[in-house]
Amino acid sequence: MFKAFLIKYGEIGIKGKNRHLFENALVRQIKYALKSVDGEFEVTKEQGRIYIEVLSEYDYDEVIESLQRVFGIVGICPVVHVEDKGFDELAKDVVAYLDLVHPDKKKTFKVNTRRAKKSYPMSSMEVSAGLGGKILEAFEEMKVDVHTPDILLNIEIRNKIYIYSKTIPGPGGMPVGTNGKAMLLLSGGIDSPVAGYMIAKRGVKIDATYFHAPPYTSERAKQKVIDLAKKVARFTGPIYLNVVNFTDIQLYIYENCPHDELTIIMRRYMMKIAEHFAKESGSLGLVTGESIGQVASQTMQSLAATNEVCSMPVYRPLIGFDKQEIIDVSNKIDTFETSILPYEDCCTIFVAKHPVTKPNINVIKRSERKLEQNIEDMLRIAIESTEKIVVTAD
Amino acid sequence: MEVYFDNSATTRCYESVAKLVVQLMTQDYGNPSSMHTKGFEAEKYIREAREIISKNLKVNEKEIFFTSGGTESNNLAIIGTAMANQRSGKHLITTSIEHPSVLNAMKYLEEQGFEVTYLPVDEKGVLKLEDLKDALRKDTILVSIMHVNNEIGSLQPIEQAAKIVKENNSKTLIHVDAIQSFGKFRILPTKLKIDLLSISGHKIHGPKGIGVLYVHAKVKIRPINFGGEQQKGIRSGTENVPGIAGLGVAIKEVYTDFEEKQKKIYEIKQSFIKQIKEIEGIVINGAEEAGAPHIVSVSFEGVRSEVLLHALEEKNIYVSAGSACASNKPAISSTLKGINVKKELLDATIRFSFSFDTTFEEIDYCIQSLKEILPRLRKYTRH
Repeated sequence: MFKAFLIKYGEIGIKGKNRHLFENALVRQIKYALKSVDGEFEVTKEQGRIYIEVLSEYDYDEVIESLQRVFGIVGICPVVHVEDKGFDELAKDVVAYLDLVHPDKKKTFKVNTRRAKKSYPMSSMEVSAGLGGKILEAFEEMKVDVHTPDILLNIEIRNKIYIYSKTIPGPGGMPVGTNGKAMLLLSGGIDSPVAGYMIAKRGVKIDATYFHAPPYTSERAKQKVIDLAKKVARFTGPIYLNVVNFTDIQLYIYENCPHDELTIIMRRYMMKIAEHFAKESGSLGLVTGESIGQVASQTMQSLAATNEVCSMPVYRPLIGFDKQEIIDVSNKIDTFETSILPYEDCCTIFVAKHPVTKPNINVIKRSERKLEQNIEDMLRIAIESTEKIVVTAD
Repeated sequence: MEVYFDNSATTRCYESVAKLVVQLMTQDYGNPSSMHTKGFEAEKYIREAREIISKNLKVNEKEIFFTSGGTESNNLAIIGTAMANQRSGKHLITTSIEHPSVLNAMKYLEEQGFEVTYLPVDEKGVLKLEDLKDALRKDTILVSIMHVNNEIGSLQPIEQAAKIVKENNSKTLIHVDAIQSFGKFRILPTKLKIDLLSISGHKIHGPKGIGVLYVHAKVKIRPINFGGEQQKGIRSGTENVPGIAGLGVAIKEVYTDFEEKQKKIYEIKQSFIKQIKEIEGIVINGAEEAGAPHIVSVSFEGVRSEVLLHALEEKNIYVSAGSACASNKPAISSTLKGINVKKELLDATIRFSFSFDTTFEEIDYCIQSLKEILPRLRKYTRH
């Protein structure tokens, strides 16, 4: 029934002179999202709106689902096309449309007409008023409310006449790629995929870095991270994933530093390595899934200690989230079930019973001095031996 | 060198079996229920396999049913007989160290109003016959005991158990889960007074997705799946002809020069045990010398099994932590708990399982690798 979709985008409409950049990015992302959907689509931008015309058979739910993963879209309006065969025919079509799309008639409505084709013999006001009358005649229960109608019936007069009244919410945010790139520290847990999603929602393209520690972590743990990246890539587009072998560094820290400082020191080196890759690929910041106080390494003191090694800004989109709030998003983006698969990740294998919760940076630095002899070499080897994988949504 | 010591999880399929399976999938692919020649030919393959199996077990061909594998055989044996015999009583007996395909079938029956007694085992993983005697009641309809435990290789005294059960009440049925033992021992159900016996194809170098349930002719059993009434309605569904024929060939191969193979695999196990005892801080679970010839369960103090498993993997040695069937989730094994393995060793247990193809060189290489890996892993432990 629906032969086109009108895409509503809120925020990017107000970006002044950069507006066309945002719109072009959104068109690009929509086209990308529709690539994996069966059917032929044409995406066009005109007069501050984006239209998707459907040129073939297609699956409605599949289209909506994939559009709901395109950041920047605020609403998706499924559109019915009718041929322009004069006002009386149009009125019949509109009544039939309402009957089908809004089975519950105990509603208020308003007709809103836009006339792109100026040669149409009636003015917008005349069309709205005329159709309003016909609708009231057809459905006794319906009432007009021009201020806060339940149903806003839109009529657009173009070469064909477009009818739409439903808006399906989109994910909001801004088109991926309009706000630069960042490097996500991706683990197998619940939080980091959500953090990646949140940053991408603001238009940031993401790459990712994962640390594994064979034989302490398994191939399955690595596959789990790739699977998570795949899920996130449905929103962000392809993700360049760095898989760093962290075993030797981890054991070296374990041998030489106090065990209650292990996690903090480890995370400091992880940040360093991630920052290296970030700079290499032109990222403008690091992204982590940390939230204040969630675990020992995420207290304000611990965050300060890990933050201290980076010159780049570290973005922590979940910083004020409770666990349940993170889980809710994780369920929404379908990463939760993968995240809770029980494979050990490298942060937990040597975790001390009582890790420091209020690390003192100077103390930590003193401990790190014990690593001076080999750590630079080890970092270099870890970076050089990193496996790079491009992860795309299926 | 690639060393596969996970033969209790699954085995490598014999080339001859694989070849026949492909032939039956691509050339002689008829449905045995079809009336034309192609169907008839397919049926002949089933007949042949059935003959091989019934001769091997020394039972009647009519007593052989093909299933999708060990799990289904166990499910059908337990649920099928419980449902068919519930008028005689609603009490069943099993052990606490059975495979999940038995334990969870029992759990299902408990939900359906049956009563189940789970017998404990001693620290070697062996059932105490007095416990069985005490547990038997007038309304006991089925006793299900595994022959060889899949995690520690302990061997149950099924012959004596069957005798006790039949002396108490000749009508009480005995089911033996022989999935780990078939192909390692000669098993003659009639002689042992066993009424039902489960066998799995892929544990004996046959294809996956095929199993057998032997059901004594006099046993009342109800199907647990419903359809086209194949296999006398006990197990509906188009027969898995490639699997069935492949299983037949596998059984033939396994039991060729069997005594020789059996002797060798015992020697393999002994060599392994002797050498692993030289390593400090290990505990061998279950019976060392007695027990199945192909399974050794070892706990390593101060090492997590998952880490050791992956470290061995880096040396191309493949083993299981606990039991592979249950170890997708790192839940603590009921068998290891059942034999009172120390708490700190539950998570430190590796199962080595051998096959007739295992060589002494492989054993030596594995021991050598363990001696190399263990000190390293023990140096770094969680605090």
